[in-house]
Amino acid sequence: MFEPQDPNRIQLNSKGQLRHFLTTEGLSRELLTEILDTADSFIDMGAKQIKKVPLLRGRTVVNLFFEASTRTLSTFELAAKRLSADVLNLNISTSSTSKGETLKDTLMTLEAMHSDMFVVRHADSGAAHFIASRVTPDVAVINAGDGRHAHPTQAMLDMLTIRRHKGDFAPLKVAIVGDILHSRVARSQIHALRTLGASEVRVIGPKTLLPRHIEAMGVKVFTDMRSGLQDVDVIMMLRLQKERMNSALLPSESEFYRLYGMTTEKLAYARPDAVVMHPGPINRGVEIESAIADGPRSLILDQVTNGIAVRMAVMSMAMSGQTVERQHPHEQAQ
Amino acid sequence: MNIRITGGRVIDPSQQLDQVTDLYIGAGEIVGIGTAPAGFAAEQTLDANGQVVCPGLVDLCAHVREPGYTHKGSIARETAAAAAGGITTLVTPPTTNPIVDTPAVAQLIQDKARDSGLARVMPMGALTRGLEGEQLSPMHALASSGCIAFSNSRQPIRSSLVLMRCLEYAATHDLLVLFQAQDAELAKGCMHDDSTSTRLGLAGIPEAAETVEVARCLILVEQTGVRAHFGQISCERSARMIMEARARGLSVSADVAVHHLLLSDINVDGFDSHYHVIPPLRSQLDRAGLRQALLADGIQAICSDHQPHDAIAKQAPFAATEPGMSGLETLLSLSLMLVDQDLLELPQLIAKLTCEPAAILGIDAGTLRAGRAADVCIFDPEARWTPTAATTRSGGSNSPFMGTELHGRVTHTLLGGELVYQL
Repeated sequence: MFEPQDPNRIQLNSKGQLRHFLTTEGLSRELLTEILDTADSFIDMGAKQIKKVPLLRGRTVVNLFFEASTRTLSTFELAAKRLSADVLNLNISTSSTSKGETLKDTLMTLEAMHSDMFVVRHADSGAAHFIASRVTPDVAVINAGDGRHAHPTQAMLDMLTIRRHKGDFAPLKVAIVGDILHSRVARSQIHALRTLGASEVRVIGPKTLLPRHIEAMGVKVFTDMRSGLQDVDVIMMLRLQKERMNSALLPSESEFYRLYGMTTEKLAYARPDAVVMHPGPINRGVEIESAIADGPRSLILDQVTNGIAVRMAVMSMAMSGQTVERQHPHEQAQ
Repeated sequence: MNIRITGGRVIDPSQQLDQVTDLYIGAGEIVGIGTAPAGFAAEQTLDANGQVVCPGLVDLCAHVREPGYTHKGSIARETAAAAAGGITTLVTPPTTNPIVDTPAVAQLIQDKARDSGLARVMPMGALTRGLEGEQLSPMHALASSGCIAFSNSRQPIRSSLVLMRCLEYAATHDLLVLFQAQDAELAKGCMHDDSTSTRLGLAGIPEAAETVEVARCLILVEQTGVRAHFGQISCERSARMIMEARARGLSVSADVAVHHLLLSDINVDGFDSHYHVIPPLRSQLDRAGLRQALLADGIQAICSDHQPHDAIAKQAPFAATEPGMSGLETLLSLSLMLVDQDLLELPQLIAKLTCEPAAILGIDAGTLRAGRAADVCIFDPEARWTPTAATTRSGGSNSPFMGTELHGRVTHTLLGGELVYQL
């Protein structure tokens, strides 16, 4: 009757290259693999004395954070600097919006400063889509987390971490544990894992933290850790926000830890070579036991290192895709 | 002025009329169908060959935004939009600023509508003072000042005791109560709670947000014996509960907004804020259920749920946008899709837009019977047109149907025998 629009057309240019990076949903396996391969090539660079490449020289990247963040913001900043871009960090949560300026007005102001790329974090799902489609179609937009919708660079750094430790995705069983309902990370991970061909993706949590019909995203749903972690190769923990206790979603942190916290005892349910990941910042004793977070099977710090490389990869790819589009605008109309 | 409308297919479900004939209008009233009354001399003749002539449409829910929100719409603009949509009577909710909880505001709305002279505007009064859900509004005084029904809109009446008192008081004076059923806590979200909301990460509004409140209202309606109507239901289960209540003999009825019969939650994919409406677009199963309920007389009327907005209201991330579509000008064309899709026969559809909503309100409208006000809509069922922001008369062009080619277009609208719109 009235068909929904293809939500992914917006992030690709007329040649099928990335021009915005808004979500891992709908992107091809080839494109996701290209992001991982490009990131791989940047990883070794981080260990060198001169860490810069000139891919974004002369370009201006604006980190627009409408929500507070430490590690995502700093890794985006480092990534942009290693690509030789000029970087402006704006913490909007404490400036314009509290003065009543709309998101649209804020962005139009920044656009007038001739920025080339916006890295956006916002509390509303769809904010990055809104910015890319309505406000700044000529500026490359990288989604650094929008509401509960997507956090695609986090998901891709997780994929890179998995690939570097496990090689092929095909045989892997992956479990995502905790607050799935509020997690943009989980959603982006699920799309990426499914596209990259992981044999099974599971989500584990209490029903109050599992969104409705999550199985429609192609995952198996578990409410207990023992059966959920059985035969699993990769365990991806999620962060639990304290306010979940106030909205009648959970009785207490300690009950959550007892049931879903990653402990040595529960890790034994998984495969003996299973690895544990967490997007950070971690709540020790709520989501994860310290001995595991700091132990040999934790990949948490690798994730941070890989985050810079993945962000360099998507920033350089999107800038190149956007440049192609700007040079051939007529092809877009076809 | 004496007007003769010739050669049209005259469809008036209020008198089971569907034939190609002439319609005669004199002194603002219908004076004859088929044969002219003795001594009738037409001063104006409208050729309706190939067109449908039907009663002016009766819209059970259209926000006119005045007083208080004239940056979004105004009585002058919204009644002009209504005229262009073939709508001659519209009911407007009490959610103006100030709220319609005093006779003065009800009077103001009607005075302004009379000044613009393009459509009959019937205000709904607030069920509770300030829509705060605590004290009774002066319902009798409001009714005396022209309020056609009473509603708390989507503002909660948390206390079931207060709600019961409201219904008892309305029943005392035989006033119609209109529910826009919604449990305020469960409705904290921005789209239907299902797999699409899960994928998009948008906070979901479960079906229970509507059905729990429909159930509570039905029980209290039964207990108090008040005449009640459910506006803009969105869930199949609500329609079923209301149908069951009707079967038990309760005086209840329901309407649905036309977009809930055409769209579903999957349209939200891509975060287009024009699909942000409350109640939310539900599942495809709900849509199918509402369409069946329309056939089975579980739903008696189709309305526009017209909610014009200024442009900025829709220019934000989805959840931060204001809900609602501008719908007066597209109500008929969108409803005609139900005929194209073989769900309803044309006379059945016209009944849902004319005599049935009029019967719910208990007013003398939605009919072409002799002696009644000549509120007439003439439309070309074959005409194709594309609504655009530039041609929209309403203060709001916030509609996902902008730029979509539609079938069926109003060519003339008469209000009390006056031509208020001509294409």
